[in-house]
Amino acid sequence: MRLISFFAVGIVFGIVMTKSEAISWFRIHEMFRFESFHMFGIIGVAVVLGILGIWAMKQFKVRTLRDTLVSYTPMNLNVKRHLMAGTAFGLGWALLGACPGPMFVMLGHGFWIFTIIILGATLGTFTYGVVRGRLPH
Amino acid sequence: MELILNPQEWWQLLSQPWHWAVSGAAIAGILFLMTWMGRSFGVSTAFKSFCHIAGADKHCDFFNFDLKNEYWRLAFVFGGVAGGFIAANFLQSPEPAAISEATITHLKDWGVNYPEGNGLLPTSLFSIFTVKGVLLALLGGFLVGFGARYGDGCTSGHAISGLAHLQLPSLITVIGFFIGGLTMTWLIMPMIFG
Repeated sequence: MRLISFFAVGIVFGIVMTKSEAISWFRIHEMFRFESFHMFGIIGVAVVLGILGIWAMKQFKVRTLRDTLVSYTPMNLNVKRHLMAGTAFGLGWALLGACPGPMFVMLGHGFWIFTIIILGATLGTFTYGVVRGRLPH
Repeated sequence: MELILNPQEWWQLLSQPWHWAVSGAAIAGILFLMTWMGRSFGVSTAFKSFCHIAGADKHCDFFNFDLKNEYWRLAFVFGGVAGGFIAANFLQSPEPAAISEATITHLKDWGVNYPEGNGLLPTSLFSIFTVKGVLLALLGGFLVGFGARYGDGCTSGHAISGLAHLQLPSLITVIGFFIGGLTMTWLIMPMIFG
């Protein structure tokens, strides 16, 4: 039952990502070229509403369905790590015009190249797991 | 009443490309829903589960975890695939994404004729039938997968969830996303496609 709920939220996510056009390679490309406000508008509204909503959920001590309070486990701050990781991710994001969420949604659209992209992402994840001891954290 | 729409009109309204403000609000809505369901909004950890399923847990402790705790995320991600299928087949937009003329003109230099790939993907650059297309797909995927795990999160985890929780590490990671994205778009892609 619980898994079906998450599957259902995933369906909504796939539809939202499609109708917002955030899955479009072209939208991401024009964003990085600063030739449209569209993606900045989407991310900006999501972040501002996200901050307000999460603040309110904490403020009013909303209980989650798992009977916990809304919280976040903070990462320890390591500027070098965040910048290096973010930059690697950004290089791939701009090339593919897709971050992990849209990769799955685009697969649903029938763009089979995303099977290769998801395979690449899995290999990248595996490589991180192997070399992580040698990276700053 | 003009304001009351019948189901068919609702469906048509839903099929239109959404305004950016509506889209942003909908994404925040998904964040709230996932938070209320007691989970975080993050996609990229699914790749870690794929490694586990493929047997990486036997080689590396990082992939040694109880997969049961990740079933919810896998269900969410497969829902995303299903949502994409539904949107592509039953909620088609009447026209492709209205991207800027400047972008369309610039892409002609790379041999991309907008709106190829339904305005979603430049299929002339990323084709499963070309060696270059497959290699770029592997390379891009690798960078995303590696960067997301090293940074412990992707766009949903840092740019949406992390920023919503006012996390400084997330903000720095998002700045990194843009350093990488701008470098790729302005310096590297012109060399690959120009």
